[in-house]
Amino acid sequence: MKIADKNTKAVDLVREALEKAKQYEDYHCFISMNEARALEKAREIDEKIAKGEKVGRLAGVPYALKDNYLSPEGVTTAAAKMLDNFPAPITATAVKKLEDEGAIMIGRTNLDAYAHGSSTENSYFGPTANAYDKERVAGGSSGGSAVAVALGIVPFALGSDTGGSIRQPASFNGVYGVKPTYGTVSRYGVVAMASSTDVMGCFAKTADDANLVMDIMAGKDPKDSTTLDKFWKEDLPDPKGKKIGLITDFMGDGVDSEVVRCVKEYAEKLKKAGYEVEEISIPMLKYGLAIYYIVQPAEVASNLSRYDGVRYGFRSSKTTDLDSLYQETRNEGFMPENKRRILVGNYVLSSGYFDAYYLKAQKARTLLINAYKDAFKKVDALLCPVAPAPAFKFGEKINDPLAMYMEDVMSVPQSMAGMPSISVPAGITKDGLPVGAQLSGWRGDDQMLLAIAKSLEGVE
Amino acid sequence: MGDYKITVGVECHVQLNTKTKLFSGVDNDAVDKEPNSCVSPIDYALPGMLPVLNKAAVEKAVKAGLAMNCKINLTSRFDRKHYYYPDLPKGYQITQMYMPIIGAGVIHLPDGSDVHIEHAHLEEDAGKLSHFGTYSLVDLNRAGTPLIEIVSMPDMHSPAQVRSYCEELHRLMVYAGVTNGDLYQGNMRFDVNVSVSKTEVLGTRTETKNLNSFRSIERAVEYEVKRQIALLEKGEKVKQETRGWNDTTGKTTSQRSKEEAQDYRYMPEPDVPPIVLTQDYVNKIEAEMPMMPDAYRSLFDILNLDPSEREAILNYPVLANRLAESVKKNAQLSARIAHWFSGVLLAEENQDKNFGLATADELIELSDMVEKKELSSTGAKAVLMEMYDRKNTSKTPHILAKEMNLLQENDTDALSAIIDEVLAMSECAKAAEDVRNGEMKAIGFLVGQVMKKSKGKANPASVNVLIKQKLA
Repeated sequence: MKIADKNTKAVDLVREALEKAKQYEDYHCFISMNEARALEKAREIDEKIAKGEKVGRLAGVPYALKDNYLSPEGVTTAAAKMLDNFPAPITATAVKKLEDEGAIMIGRTNLDAYAHGSSTENSYFGPTANAYDKERVAGGSSGGSAVAVALGIVPFALGSDTGGSIRQPASFNGVYGVKPTYGTVSRYGVVAMASSTDVMGCFAKTADDANLVMDIMAGKDPKDSTTLDKFWKEDLPDPKGKKIGLITDFMGDGVDSEVVRCVKEYAEKLKKAGYEVEEISIPMLKYGLAIYYIVQPAEVASNLSRYDGVRYGFRSSKTTDLDSLYQETRNEGFMPENKRRILVGNYVLSSGYFDAYYLKAQKARTLLINAYKDAFKKVDALLCPVAPAPAFKFGEKINDPLAMYMEDVMSVPQSMAGMPSISVPAGITKDGLPVGAQLSGWRGDDQMLLAIAKSLEGVE
Repeated sequence: MGDYKITVGVECHVQLNTKTKLFSGVDNDAVDKEPNSCVSPIDYALPGMLPVLNKAAVEKAVKAGLAMNCKINLTSRFDRKHYYYPDLPKGYQITQMYMPIIGAGVIHLPDGSDVHIEHAHLEEDAGKLSHFGTYSLVDLNRAGTPLIEIVSMPDMHSPAQVRSYCEELHRLMVYAGVTNGDLYQGNMRFDVNVSVSKTEVLGTRTETKNLNSFRSIERAVEYEVKRQIALLEKGEKVKQETRGWNDTTGKTTSQRSKEEAQDYRYMPEPDVPPIVLTQDYVNKIEAEMPMMPDAYRSLFDILNLDPSEREAILNYPVLANRLAESVKKNAQLSARIAHWFSGVLLAEENQDKNFGLATADELIELSDMVEKKELSSTGAKAVLMEMYDRKNTSKTPHILAKEMNLLQENDTDALSAIIDEVLAMSECAKAAEDVRNGEMKAIGFLVGQVMKKSKGKANPASVNVLIKQKLA
């Protein structure tokens, strides 16, 4: 990516990004633009460069911010009516770190409200179109960010991934999507979805760009007790000789043949590049989705409890007393998918059902983690598709929640295990839609995955 | 009706006196502060805010646990307890449902009985609502204040014992230094679970919540016992329910039945990692624990105090501490100090005095002056009061007594001179002669004259001895 210096003006980089954003307005990547402030910041950076002052590693680089990161620039909506007009008084740690290195946020991108969804159709502000086919969905929940990078509006964009929300839209739009190890990047200042699997990551066009952005965002944050000490290094490691396991459980029934073809071809490329690739079966993975759709709604229901109309955000005009304040505000403020998850979540946590659902799911989660540990005794990384099929058409699944949830079947097990997982462009279907390959590793092996992907960049 | 067995268990919420809140960095002391002035984005539950555990609260919880002779669980964890109310910004309270930091323990009451502690856990307090007819206001200053909830076993069997337990719990928490212990400010709040039964099987219990004075605790238990027995005698059943106490009417009233009880949908708190302590850490805190009430009681044994006198002093840690220092320095002179404390200093009109102002050395000095007859007991009390009012602490009891003209004259030379003067007086000649002749009755007159001349400062016993010597 281009970084501002004596020859490249930050103002030009930002202006170009803003122009492209305008040009691709009909894709609806953005909920709001940050034009004036972005240009002002760019000018400040150019002045610094002109004076010979030190500037950051991302000086003048325009980027797009998923609209669930808090920042005082503009309003943070989480694409929800509930936060329709919420001026955040604080800045998310990840955003702060990027801005300290000179990155410039040009706009806030669309998502499924509260990041609940796999298509960005659940946005209160309307859906985002796929970069390759305007009739199709962007994927989600970080759809706006994925498309903004795919269209070349910005060289990188931020997303959040709870069960596939970075990886799946990355796959649908043919860009890199990085979901790091749980705890790599601070969650402070990001509207929570499911706390135990929420991770902050990014979209980019190359492994090196993604590595740079992640290196800047990674590290311990005293404001997020679940962050890890920084393990991310500036340079990618040498991936030579790594053994990769192709997960057979996700290459058979129910998976689109074009997706299977693209991922198999990616496996072949890996072999040609000198990696050992062997087939591996992890039967426990088939329970991943069931575990996820118990634990995640429970945490979602809990995390959404604070949106009660008392202190900030939307409050229903139908409020007449305390009960109606809660009922009407939450009824009008949440999207159907939000409500669905609140219902499921409260159900699995209610007394009498807690043991049978939540507790059992947590036990199964431990078994799932153990299954991964066993697999990593045999291989260094795992390969599988990101989603069972390429981008689907608008409206195709929005009224069929279970079909929509199936989108996550290959991406949630890694989330439940806190593992790093990246989506890498692997090929194009005969219909011209991109397909991603998903590389997953054990906790902390994030950069090894990027290094493997990088070694295949440009390989036909 | 006397054959009913009363069974009571108590839950007590203790506000910890940490500098900042349990999960945010803002001031934890909201006394006299503007509403909503001690509130961080975390307490306000803005989107994207994450709780960060206050280490000092963990340390205070461990201290509280050790004060109650409880097992400290080296691994504990937080859970979310969900309910909707405007004073609960997140829509859940962070508490410890499944793995509390403080395990089982026991508290010895002054009467010798034991009350077992089931467990105690760390949690955050909620805010406060004020209702004004058509609207209500929320103050979140208290939201996020660290609490420990102490759950006793149902080991108490009389209203007086319940009161004694609550008082002892209060002493323990104050002595351990974990709370300011101001009941008026709600630093400690009590819920009493009361049941009565004629058999070994426990009766249905009611929970009377939010009692904040020892007197109301005792009265509420008394009322509940009477109410429940009356119901059973009428052939009715006691309903399991939550009740509230009205201090004015002296009655409890039903608030919520068991059927209306909320489902709190407990869930492990994913934002706060488990608390993992080492035994070394616990040992270190244990080694630094201040002296607890029981240790004071043993120390004060030597003084043979009346138990009510002893407990009254124990209610004031500063005084107990001064007395303990005194006992260690000079036990013989300390009983008098104890009587001063319980008899004079704790009188209603002296409650606003700074009890820390007199040091143990000064108190011993004062007691010694009485012992040596340098000061009458009335004079000593006057000096004592002056000690607690003085601006200049370099003024010792001696200096004060002198300034207040209360010193008794023991100086033999000075006394001798006065006596000589008296004996030389013509009106004393007859009495002096009588004494010389062995008629000791007459000595009273002479002593009286000396006392008069010394303006009351002479020690009458010394005067007596000296006159006898001179007229021998």
